Amino acid sequence: MTSGSIATERPDVSRSRAAARVGFGPAIRSEWVKFRSVRGWIIGMIVAGLLVLLTGVFLAGNGSIGCQNGPNSPALTGKACLPPVPIGPGGEAVSDSFYFVHQPLVGNGSITIRVTALTGIYTQGLAQVGQAPPPAHKGLEPWAKAGIIIKASTRPGSAYAAMMVTGSHGVRMQYDYTSDVAGLPGLASAASPRWLRLTRSGDTIAGYDSADGRHWALVGTAHLTGLSRAVQAGMFAATPPYNKATTSLFGGSDQGGPALATGSFDNLGLRGNWPAGAWSGVNIGTNKLTPRSPGGFRRAGSAFAVSGSGDIAPLAPGPLSPIPSTTVEEPLAGVFVGLIAVVVVAAMFFTVEYRRGLIRVTLAATPHRGRVLAAKAIVIGSVAFITGLAASILAVWLGLPKERNVGEYVLPVSTFTEVRVIVGTAAFVAVAAVLAVAIGAILRRSAAAVTTVIGLIVLPFLLSVTVLPVSVADWVLRITPAAGLAIQQSIPNYPQLSTNASAAAGVYPLTPWAGFAVLCLYAVAALAMAAVLLRRRDA
Amino acid sequence: MEATIEVAGVRKRFGHAMALDGMTFTVWPGQVTGFVGPNGAGKSTTMRVILGLDAAEEGRALVGGRPYPSLLHPMRYLGSLLDAAALQPSRSARHHLLWLAYSQGLPAARVSEVIEQAGLQDVARRKAGGFSLGMRQRLGIAAAMLGDPPILMLDEPFNGLDPDGIVWMRGFLRSLARQGRTVLVSSHLMSELEDTADHLVVVGRGKVIADTSVADLVATASGDRVTLRTTAIPEATAALERAGAAVVASSPGVLRISGLPAQRIAAILGATGVPFSEVSAHRATLEQAYMSITRDAVEFRAEATSEVAL
Repeated sequence: MTSGSIATERPDVSRSRAAARVGFGPAIRSEWVKFRSVRGWIIGMIVAGLLVLLTGVFLAGNGSIGCQNGPNSPALTGKACLPPVPIGPGGEAVSDSFYFVHQPLVGNGSITIRVTALTGIYTQGLAQVGQAPPPAHKGLEPWAKAGIIIKASTRPGSAYAAMMVTGSHGVRMQYDYTSDVAGLPGLASAASPRWLRLTRSGDTIAGYDSADGRHWALVGTAHLTGLSRAVQAGMFAATPPYNKATTSLFGGSDQGGPALATGSFDNLGLRGNWPAGAWSGVNIGTNKLTPRSPGGFRRAGSAFAVSGSGDIAPLAPGPLSPIPSTTVEEPLAGVFVGLIAVVVVAAMFFTVEYRRGLIRVTLAATPHRGRVLAAKAIVIGSVAFITGLAASILAVWLGLPKERNVGEYVLPVSTFTEVRVIVGTAAFVAVAAVLAVAIGAILRRSAAAVTTVIGLIVLPFLLSVTVLPVSVADWVLRITPAAGLAIQQSIPNYPQLSTNASAAAGVYPLTPWAGFAVLCLYAVAALAMAAVLLRRRDA
Repeated sequence: MEATIEVAGVRKRFGHAMALDGMTFTVWPGQVTGFVGPNGAGKSTTMRVILGLDAAEEGRALVGGRPYPSLLHPMRYLGSLLDAAALQPSRSARHHLLWLAYSQGLPAARVSEVIEQAGLQDVARRKAGGFSLGMRQRLGIAAAMLGDPPILMLDEPFNGLDPDGIVWMRGFLRSLARQGRTVLVSSHLMSELEDTADHLVVVGRGKVIADTSVADLVATASGDRVTLRTTAIPEATAALERAGAAVVASSPGVLRISGLPAQRIAAILGATGVPFSEVSAHRATLEQAYMSITRDAVEFRAEATSEVAL
């Protein structure tokens, strides 16, 4: 008796292989009938879809935007306020406003300069009519920048490559708005100047830096497409507006005002064909919504001082965006509300079987327990995906026109990215549903399972976009399944841009696919644990 | 595949309590096998082990020679009803049967057939949560019959049935056996199986106490006592004692005889000319027979219960 085989629970191998071929379809079909035959679950999913849709559309485009072209012009609202937005070579919306001291360069050549200082001033708030202007303070924005630039033309949005010193990020080579490479660290000063050089060879522009003008290091190489023989080259300066954001547990505040950065240059060296022989200065890019300090340049012998404001960078959402911009995913912000309904239905899809012993009927019908779990996950995942997809498509379709109507600029993204945002939202809902059904199988009790899943996904997200300080929220949105919402982010996080944007503005610490992978890892881990427990436990 | 259920040496513990302690029996086709014993004797646990729902620590349970969980579409081999209340209340009876049918690769048409067989046509589209226990039992029976299985296993199917329902259930079980199917029916009330079961597996304390045909069990419990009603007590006593019987006077005009069958007694008395008004063989009821063999188990249970209460 003691040596008797325990044959009651383990199918033999050949049999289970045959069963694996034949048995999976019936299990899925069976679970699908189970799902569709409970009206409350169907209603729950419809409610989930409507919550995603209505919350998103309701939240979208509720702001009001007003502006004036000048002190005596009529007040404008909405779309009329939107300035033309330059589009960079990569198709993204960009800021391209700076003070440019330039002349044409024809064919190959180079420009070299020594930067001896980068200084800045700013004011807090704007000058009011009839009042003394607010006092100017000395100070540099972290991404204030000045240096040399080679640009296809003076048209905003045209291709460029630049070498620059920055407020607090050392020497950088930046090109075509989205690319940013670090060079020498530290701020330029008379005691510790920075030498910068750009050389053009056809469409290729190489950037070098040096601390002494003799030993040069290559910082980066840019390939700019479609440069004509004559390009505009010279010196530039720009700075984003002054901003001081303070965050606290229950919110934060932003203080801001115009800023102006001034770069001091000497030892200008030009090679190649510079036919104009003289420098002209121009403010590139104007924007009626964002007041700018007027730029300019002074020349004293071989020394130049160039002052400018603005930025050469991609546009990103957030409080510091120079225009009222929004993203394609903005109308999908309601997904976490609908998610609550989805996870309740998904968790109960498993837990109700335990309430009255139905699980025994299920497992007597399909003794392969992993197959029951997989079939339930596939059914609930598919239902959640279709619900999420329908709601997302409708929300974007209805929400974006609303955004545009109030004068928000919808930051353009590629079709692939837009599809990723919409389908990714549906996939997020689907994987969250799978996580919920697995946790339902693990915990076997509806209330416990629903509480756990909401505590894992919805709560971290809600806390992160409301009360948590950004530094904490950044970690919460890396290590909880809420990280998966990053799949919605259409505009990447550019390190060369201060946006002050947090999850509340749809900016996540992880890249879209990395964040989504975090959620998937949770789902896979929960499924594996559920499979083991299902197999190990008596039903 | 022969339609048997074979349970061999199954042991199972829940915590420290030994639920099954070497449970061993075989259920054969063509008859109704009653699986009886007091509550807590291990009947339901044995059935769960047979279905692979509970894992045995030792021993094996085979359905047609194979472990139930290894069967593809197992409900085509063995239909079971463990708990009629195991339903999703908001799902209609029809949908309950439909998901089960699909899980066995059976068409929706089969659902309509079993609904008709179980007499559920009028309520099939109603939510099962509103069903009486009797209707749920019928729904459970319909589910067990979905795969037209050669083996049926029902746990306490008489529970909650009204008298009409009990009559229906008995007829139904007998008809299954007549069709050559293997039928295992558990009950904690022997009387429910009177006139239904052909064979009995009586269990207590997690093991088999008796595995016997109903006829043998009743004969054993009855012994061979015969009651004789006569006005000629001394003559009858003398004649029967001469033939080797033990004779005891139980009340005026009544003798209790053992050692001779009733026909023989009648023949002896007829031959010797002793008048008598009645010769009757004593026949124990199934209930009495059951009580006599489960007494130990019941006593054990009383002890075990008081232990648990501590």
